[in-house]
Amino acid sequence: MSMLYQSQRAMRAKRQEAMRRGVIAILDIGSYKTSCLVLRFDSTDELRPTDGVGAMAGQSSFRVIGAATTRSRGVKFGEIDTVQETERAIRTAVQAAQKMADIRVDHVIVSFSGARPRSYGLVGEVSLQTGTVVEQDVARVLAACEMPDIGEGREVLHAQPVNFALDHRSGLKDPRGHVGNRLSADMHMLTIEAHAIETLLYCVKRCDLELAGVASSPYVAGVASLVEDEQELGAACVDMGGGSTGVSIFIKKHMIYVDTVRMGGDHVTSDISQGLQIPAPDAERIKTRFGGLVATGMDDRERIELEADTGDWEHDRRTISRAELIGVMRPRVEEILEEVRAILEDAGFDHLPSQRIVLTGGGSQVPGLDQLASRILGNQVRLGRPLRVQGLPQSACGPAFSACVGLALFAAYPQDEWWDFEVPADKYPARSLRRAVKWFRDNW
Amino acid sequence: MRPLIHRRRDVPRRDPAPSKWAYRVQRLWLTPVFRSLLRVGVPAFLIVGGLGLYATDPANISRVQDSVAEIRRSVEDRPEFRVNLMSIDGATPILAEEIRTTLSLDFPMSSFDLDLARLRERIEGIRAVASAELRIRSGGELAVTVAERRPAMIWQAREGLWVIDGMGARVAPLLARPRLDDLPVISGDGANEAAGEALALFHAARPLGDRLQGLVRMGERRWDVVLTEGPRILLPADRPVPALDRVLALHDAQELLDRDVVRVDLRDASRTVLQLTPQALAELRRMRALEETMEEGNG
Repeated sequence: MSMLYQSQRAMRAKRQEAMRRGVIAILDIGSYKTSCLVLRFDSTDELRPTDGVGAMAGQSSFRVIGAATTRSRGVKFGEIDTVQETERAIRTAVQAAQKMADIRVDHVIVSFSGARPRSYGLVGEVSLQTGTVVEQDVARVLAACEMPDIGEGREVLHAQPVNFALDHRSGLKDPRGHVGNRLSADMHMLTIEAHAIETLLYCVKRCDLELAGVASSPYVAGVASLVEDEQELGAACVDMGGGSTGVSIFIKKHMIYVDTVRMGGDHVTSDISQGLQIPAPDAERIKTRFGGLVATGMDDRERIELEADTGDWEHDRRTISRAELIGVMRPRVEEILEEVRAILEDAGFDHLPSQRIVLTGGGSQVPGLDQLASRILGNQVRLGRPLRVQGLPQSACGPAFSACVGLALFAAYPQDEWWDFEVPADKYPARSLRRAVKWFRDNW
Repeated sequence: MRPLIHRRRDVPRRDPAPSKWAYRVQRLWLTPVFRSLLRVGVPAFLIVGGLGLYATDPANISRVQDSVAEIRRSVEDRPEFRVNLMSIDGATPILAEEIRTTLSLDFPMSSFDLDLARLRERIEGIRAVASAELRIRSGGELAVTVAERRPAMIWQAREGLWVIDGMGARVAPLLARPRLDDLPVISGDGANEAAGEALALFHAARPLGDRLQGLVRMGERRWDVVLTEGPRILLPADRPVPALDRVLALHDAQELLDRDVVRVDLRDASRTVLQLTPQALAELRRMRALEETMEEGNG
């Protein structure tokens, strides 16, 4: 835990250094595509109040000065599978984005969707020494949260304070300055498999970059594609990627739950490939061009040619109707959405005041998905596109880039995490000089 | 029908990815410091280094110097800058000849080779020249305008006779005996330094005409007037001209200078002392004695 605390703080320090330098790169490693944005921060001195307690709060506006997307290699289910291939993909994307930005970037913030994220809700409670809540009390209450058994080989990716309660008052965003006796905090902790982070670190290091932060891609996709009232009242973001589908639930502008379905658009493509007996690139092309989920009478008459090069005339000149294609695609998408529904039920999404579900990601561009999703997930389903950010090229404005844009927003307006607060003095080892210094600083 | 041209559609295109070194080189190139170094530093270093290598070779240095000198020579030798002759104004032919031999210029020559200030010094080094002015006129003519010294007096110095001008500067040694009626004569040590005063005295002594033989500087501070027949007049050190006027007035009234007087001493302004010849003194005493006896006889 202390190791993690140190490494996360080190990443924060690098991120602040990158902010001072004014340039940072955003890297979204997906199963289908790897995209890189280069951000330039205009001024870092302008403080901006954000939600939460705000030790890190307040960053400046930014603009995108470089953007590049390349096909991913060696990524499966949102996890790095072949290190060398992924490294090549990262190099391609970073190089093109750097070339567009005409500047060298050294710090990179990465998001990825896989590695089996698991959410935990933690509760901590302390009694206040003085009547008023000060920042050290916040640190103490966060440190007092009981650490669950997250399992062997897992790491904490996010640990964000979600809610503060003081005596009988709950729902405080920032408890500092309030008067009370007992302070309690709810914290959302997201853990992932440790090997994924280690592989990612290795890859990034091999590309001569420094990792300035890691984020979960369902979370950042939600940041980009949920509008403000959805984030406030409660909504779920379904990020339909190539290898995995991420689900994140937000309420009161805090992420409270993340999970992924290890299925995505690539599985639909492989279904088409297997069902129609065509190569995977052809299947991908047919899926994006003719794909759909709701068949109509018109679709029976629309014929799709399946060209092949085998020499067998009968095989090379096959055609299928679009209805058949829809018949291949629909069960898989239904399966994914069923899984999403199961996740939402597990998370207790029914108990939120608003049950808005936003579908985003590259997979959400299939025609008819909104009809299908509203039959499975409920009425309040909409398709989401990422927020508009300054300087983003038109080609990177689609729903496939919501994780990218969200990561840029995450870099610019960071959420407070547990490691942004100082460790309280009694957590230091006894007889430590730093503990003595800390005690003096806290009490004098 | 199977196409004759085999289309390689199924062969997946190799993904274009930069090699590790291409990636690193591009990142290096995008580094601002490196870029400015390469754009400014390296060319500057090459230029400076190349110039340094070239300039430290003595053969190159002499070649450059030679070519520079050659270019300079070719400009200087153009006919526009050539000086062909020298004209001398305001000098007697003898002096002009002397100037020519002094300068001994070898015409034609370039005007860049003429150092006019030094030539002027050399011309003014000639005693007979008061001042000189040198100028290169268009048409390749070196014009020398000379102001000669005007001979005003003859100075009888210890080392010989000199012709001097009104300011006392020596014009030329007097080799032959000149006609003495032209120029007044002065003598004595330091006489030339008071040449202006001497001229004023000569001007005042014009009534004496030919009787005036000359002025003698005594002790480098005052003048004696020497006459051919008559007394020596000892003038005071200050204000000698009024003193001489007074003597001349006495001469007009009482013909003082025609009398038997050896010297008229005016050095004390309050009284004039006359030194008589011994015969005149004896005659004076005899006459005084005669007068006394006559008075006794009358008494």
